[in-house]
Amino acid sequence: MSKKVSVFRKEHFNAAHRLFNPGWDDVTNEKVFGKCALPHYHGHNYEMEVKVTGKPDKKTGYVIDLKELGDLVKREIHSRFDHKNLNLDTKEFKNLNPTAENIVVVIYKLLRPHIDKKMGLQIRLYETPRNFVEYPVN
Amino acid sequence: MVYLTRLEHFNAAHKLYNPAWTPEKNDEVFGPCANENWHGHNYELFVTIKGQPDPDTGFIYDVKQLSVLIREKVIEKVDHRNLNLDVEFMQGKICSTENLAVGIWNELKQNLPLGIQLHCIKLYETPRIYVEYFGEQNA
Repeated sequence: MSKKVSVFRKEHFNAAHRLFNPGWDDVTNEKVFGKCALPHYHGHNYEMEVKVTGKPDKKTGYVIDLKELGDLVKREIHSRFDHKNLNLDTKEFKNLNPTAENIVVVIYKLLRPHIDKKMGLQIRLYETPRNFVEYPVN
Repeated sequence: MVYLTRLEHFNAAHKLYNPAWTPEKNDEVFGPCANENWHGHNYELFVTIKGQPDPDTGFIYDVKQLSVLIREKVIEKVDHRNLNLDVEFMQGKICSTENLAVGIWNELKQNLPLGIQLHCIKLYETPRIYVEYFGEQNA
């Protein structure tokens, strides 16, 4: 079979964060980020959909072994961010505002080196059931 | 008797931590939930009241009014907050989903109009974990 197929693995993590630009004063941060800038943090159940696109392997019929993809996401993403404060506990967001947009790009960069270059990779990240982002854009 | 439910949601940070225990004991019991710098959730809150529909309106209670009450008495106090640090009704309590549901029950119960019975607080901490509280049956 030579047609490309996309396969998806869902994973999740829970984390605290706040949106804050250290170059701005508190008034500007509150004006731009509203409640998301509150100093004692808030949190989310983040849900990830990791999409891998490629031609199914002739021998296995798999684009990628989804169990292995799940293990990779747990190792690279879940172990870094789950039950953490993104601002305080992670080196990735020490100097990067942990918006959903920035988080999805970080997740992509962490996963990309571990997935065959022939395969496409796209991440969708839900910050809440109603707010979600995707990277990269097709 | 008819049951009427309103769904609201909020996002908050918390940690599970018993100040009477050592950090090691907290880690042992609460695991990653005891992370000192907090973690957080998207909470989904189902508030169920019960009663007989009013013959004139067909309503148990105006659900818009119920929504306003939940927002004023609960959501305003917890949304985008740190449950351990910022929420008065959780002071001195461990911020488990169980205790939070009881706290929300108490906040709403005392502010519902006479004749409106609170039936259940159902609170999702994650899409896979929720608690229900029906009040104290014999209280």
